Amino acid sequence: MTDTAWIDNALTSARPQAVGALLRYFRNLDTAEEAFQNACLRALKSWPQNGPPRDPAAWLIMVGRNVAIDDIRRGRKQEPLPEDDHAISDTDDAEEQLAERLDGSHYRDDILRLLFICCHPDLPATQQIALALRIVSGLTVKQIARAFLVSEVAMEQRITRAKARVADADVPFETPGAVERTERLAAVAAMIYLIFNEGYSASGDTAEIRSPLCEEAIRLARLLLRLFQSEPEIMGLTALLLLQHARAAARFDADGVVILLDDQDRSRWNSKTIAEGLALIDKAMRHRRSGPYQIQAAIAALHARAEKPEDTDWTQIDLLYGALEVMQPSPVVTLNRAVAVSKVRGPEAALELIEPLAARLSNYFHYFGVRGAFLMQLGRNEEARVAFDRAIALANTSAEAAHIRMHLDRLMRDSQPRGAKAGK
Amino acid sequence: MLYAILCYHDEDMVGSWSKEQDAAVMTRLAVVHDKLAQQGRLGPVARLLPTTAATTLRKDDPPVVLDGPFAETKEQLLGFYVVDCKNLDEALDVARDLGKANPGGAYEIRPVGLFTPGSVPK
Repeated sequence: MTDTAWIDNALTSARPQAVGALLRYFRNLDTAEEAFQNACLRALKSWPQNGPPRDPAAWLIMVGRNVAIDDIRRGRKQEPLPEDDHAISDTDDAEEQLAERLDGSHYRDDILRLLFICCHPDLPATQQIALALRIVSGLTVKQIARAFLVSEVAMEQRITRAKARVADADVPFETPGAVERTERLAAVAAMIYLIFNEGYSASGDTAEIRSPLCEEAIRLARLLLRLFQSEPEIMGLTALLLLQHARAAARFDADGVVILLDDQDRSRWNSKTIAEGLALIDKAMRHRRSGPYQIQAAIAALHARAEKPEDTDWTQIDLLYGALEVMQPSPVVTLNRAVAVSKVRGPEAALELIEPLAARLSNYFHYFGVRGAFLMQLGRNEEARVAFDRAIALANTSAEAAHIRMHLDRLMRDSQPRGAKAGK
Repeated sequence: MLYAILCYHDEDMVGSWSKEQDAAVMTRLAVVHDKLAQQGRLGPVARLLPTTAATTLRKDDPPVVLDGPFAETKEQLLGFYVVDCKNLDEALDVARDLGKANPGGAYEIRPVGLFTPGSVPK
């Protein structure tokens, strides 16, 4: 590894901690970000010569803070100086002192605050994600624009708008209380899940471009889990992301068409990632405080544990979706449960389960895909064809449409009912 | 004498390696492993999952189970080797070789007191 690669890694990994602390100090996102950028520039000059500091984050916080204070003093900025203003010299002793002062609980709330600011309820989901990737992960606007398939200019605007909104919003800087911390944690977890889904729901040509979003979401989830080690839902979230992402290499064929779970080459699943996911869900269950992320992770774990599709414990999956339905009632959850029901009790029972969802999911691609598959299994080919036609009309990606067309082709080929593939 | 070489590194930093960087480190390490294995000196090697996957059992009475690693440290125990070396100098040589292949962090070299090779399959 070259020197620069090492420094890049150090800067990336120190970033959430450093920007979080600088934000607490300056109470302004732009100032904090600029201070961090300046500290990074100095690191690039100083580290190759003087060697790595003992604690890169503490070094960056100290240097960033000093540079920003100097700037403010020289009048380049119109902002008032923060009250707690004792300058720190650029020496090793000070680094150690600062590191000790910042160690422990401050870091945790700094990073959580930083993440929480990005998921301010005033911001639409897309802006939340963009802001988090820019501020917390430190991806460049260009990288984020690429992942969202928009122009750099458009993304720059989106991030600027988001920052302006956040600046107007009243974000409390006091150390949060227990209830507030729990609320922040839930909002941040939801945002991380959104980032993951942006990457995960991509397909075809865009899958590869967008998959870094999945990796970034996993990195953020791990970061959050390290800060809140005993939160079963954060374990569940991290496990869920790992277990889903473990299948990445097997999810698309060479033409970018979706390969369903049943048809995936399971030897291409990433066993190391699965092992980590299983370990985490295992840990989470011990707490006996269930939650939606844990349940979804447990479902993903049952798929991951099955070496062959036939080995899948559909009965257990049915029960888990049932629990999820109680916790988070949603037609989409019921639709997923129906797939498990079709495996356990057959397509007729499954069809019965999704019949009442028709009105609410009348524009939902997967509803008609799944419905068509159940009908096809029952040999009701004409109805199946109608459902599949509707699914194609509603497909969001060409890969989705291609997949349904495959079913239609199969219907054309043989009028005999046969074991169709259903699922996500 | 058997020496344990305990690998400490900043987990955040290792976690921010790209797949290519990670693979490059593993390839370089494999060269060192192979050399030791050919000399019949390489014992068990383990790369541990992240500390987020760790659980700690405090041997109180009754024992208490805690989430997370035993100690909150700036650098975390990420893996270990057991290597047969004549003396500390030789063990340090091995650690230096490993360090060249995987820079950053630190190795703690500890003579092994009791060693049971174990029987789990790979």
